[in-house]
Amino acid sequence: MSNEGVNTKRRRFLTLATGVVGAGGAAAAAVPFLASMAPSERAKALGAPVSVNVENLKPGQMLTTSWRGKPVWVVSRTPEMLDTLNKVSDELRDPKSEQPQQPAYAQNETRAIKPEKLVIIGVCTHLGCAPKYRPEKAPADLGSDWLGGFFCPCHGSKFDLAGRVYQGVPAPLNLPVPPHRYVSDNEILVGEDPKESA
Amino acid sequence: MAITPNPHNTTGFLGWIDDRFPLTKIWKDHVAEYYAPKNFNFWYYFGSLAMLVLVNQILTGIFLTMHYTPSAEDAFASVEYIMRDVPWGDTIRYLHSTGASAFFIVVYLHMFRALLYGSYRKPRELLWIFGCLIYLVLMAEAFAGYVLPWGQMSYWGAQVIISLFGAIPVIGPDLVIWIQGDYIPSDATLNRMFSLHVIALPFVLVGLVIAHLMALHEVGSNNPDGIEIKKNKDASGKPVDGIPFHPYYTVKDIMGATAFMIVFLGVAFFAPEGGGNFLEAPNFEPADPLQTPEHIVPVWYFGAFYAMLRAVPDKLGGVLVMGSAVAILFVLPWLDRSPVKSIRYKGIIVKTAVMIFAAVFLMLTYLGTKPASDIATLLARIGTIYYFAFFLLMPWYSKLDRTKPVPDRVTDH
Repeated sequence: MSNEGVNTKRRRFLTLATGVVGAGGAAAAAVPFLASMAPSERAKALGAPVSVNVENLKPGQMLTTSWRGKPVWVVSRTPEMLDTLNKVSDELRDPKSEQPQQPAYAQNETRAIKPEKLVIIGVCTHLGCAPKYRPEKAPADLGSDWLGGFFCPCHGSKFDLAGRVYQGVPAPLNLPVPPHRYVSDNEILVGEDPKESA
Repeated sequence: MAITPNPHNTTGFLGWIDDRFPLTKIWKDHVAEYYAPKNFNFWYYFGSLAMLVLVNQILTGIFLTMHYTPSAEDAFASVEYIMRDVPWGDTIRYLHSTGASAFFIVVYLHMFRALLYGSYRKPRELLWIFGCLIYLVLMAEAFAGYVLPWGQMSYWGAQVIISLFGAIPVIGPDLVIWIQGDYIPSDATLNRMFSLHVIALPFVLVGLVIAHLMALHEVGSNNPDGIEIKKNKDASGKPVDGIPFHPYYTVKDIMGATAFMIVFLGVAFFAPEGGGNFLEAPNFEPADPLQTPEHIVPVWYFGAFYAMLRAVPDKLGGVLVMGSAVAILFVLPWLDRSPVKSIRYKGIIVKTAVMIFAAVFLMLTYLGTKPASDIATLLARIGTIYYFAFFLLMPWYSKLDRTKPVPDRVTDH
């Protein structure tokens, strides 16, 4: 084939233009495939945030709801209960919540957005049993220095009233705090971060 | 460039084929007249053994897929069904699960051979890189396969490994959800692991093996002396230190394959759990998202990298270290500045460094399969530092090393 009279500049431009259009097409064609791997509508529906109304939750009480197959507890903490948090710090494994067991907005002294409401996932970080809510002070079975908290009957792991794990028990980590936000004063949406931090 | 059909001028039926398809040419170029160095030793079995194991995995995998059900609901039961009700199903599954561990054993020995004899050095850099890619895909393939029985270790292993991507800044958490196809490892996750394990990754693996062999046959095999046999040819253009792959090495490899099969089948038939190392005890319980096994440890072949991950107190740092540990293998050809290829002619520095490296890798592998303790973490940290120092300091110590002169011909020619 003869190369005489070939406009190489134009040929190079056309090759480049074809390449760019082709790459654009390939990128566009990849979108449906990559997008198909994201959670399906069914998965999204099953994993949707759960709304909890805490209007009737009396101080000291706990309610349980379920989010993504796991029990979520909401505990209404009295000022008295909040006072215990400082007293037990020395006996805890991770008193400052340094392990990533909570969102940034719950990485504080009370592990909560509002100190009086603790929102926590009720699955023991040891082997996944369900710890018991034991708010009473010094019960017979937990000893005289028990200031209230959660006790796992399976292997004896103990957590304080912010879900922080004690030293010397099998559970390695604090109970996780799920993402949650307040829709109104009495309605908590579990599974969604507060608007401003999202 | 014109292609001459039938360059070997065959006649008859074979000639008819050779006029239309390069059958004789392929046979001669890659087997009958592929000249390999005559001084191959024991270490040179593991390439062909890796091919043998690959064939075993594909064959047994095809038959397992006929009975396996990829769904979170039924996967565990379908594996039990294969084990108990499918005729010979337990044998086929054990061949497959033992094959996974055997694959890594032969691949690790194959890689160590390359390290010993400098088989990654110029002009074999691409050959080595294809090999590293094979290793990488093999790890992904093994991970995806381990998830499929949907036992406790499948589930929690998947949870731990996928959550590593969560350590990536900014996109991490969304990436994890995208990889899982759900907010927790679930049916969607299991199904995509199945798809990757039986379709996508095997295709990539076979393609890479072909590229690996093409690169090998283009540059020719290295040998225990690290001498380029192509530099010394006789009048007919054949390397004087080369012998045709067939029949010499086909026969040698058959002998190696036989010995390997005796051991491999012995394990598959009589000790398929490998003492809890090939099939871990928690995986005999169905996956339970609410109950974490006491210790989540990977199968032995990921042990070294898992130990490095755990050695770093920071999650992102650990992930980076683990990723770098694999990535650094790719640049090995450019780190080695020794004037000689083979360990036979290297000096005391490199010889010591390589032997300690092997010991450290074994130690890390062991540590990665055991629960973390203070002493184990300390050892893992020392091991991790040595692992990286071995590679990163190589440009200096390999140059400092006092090498011996390399002979013109292979030894025992």
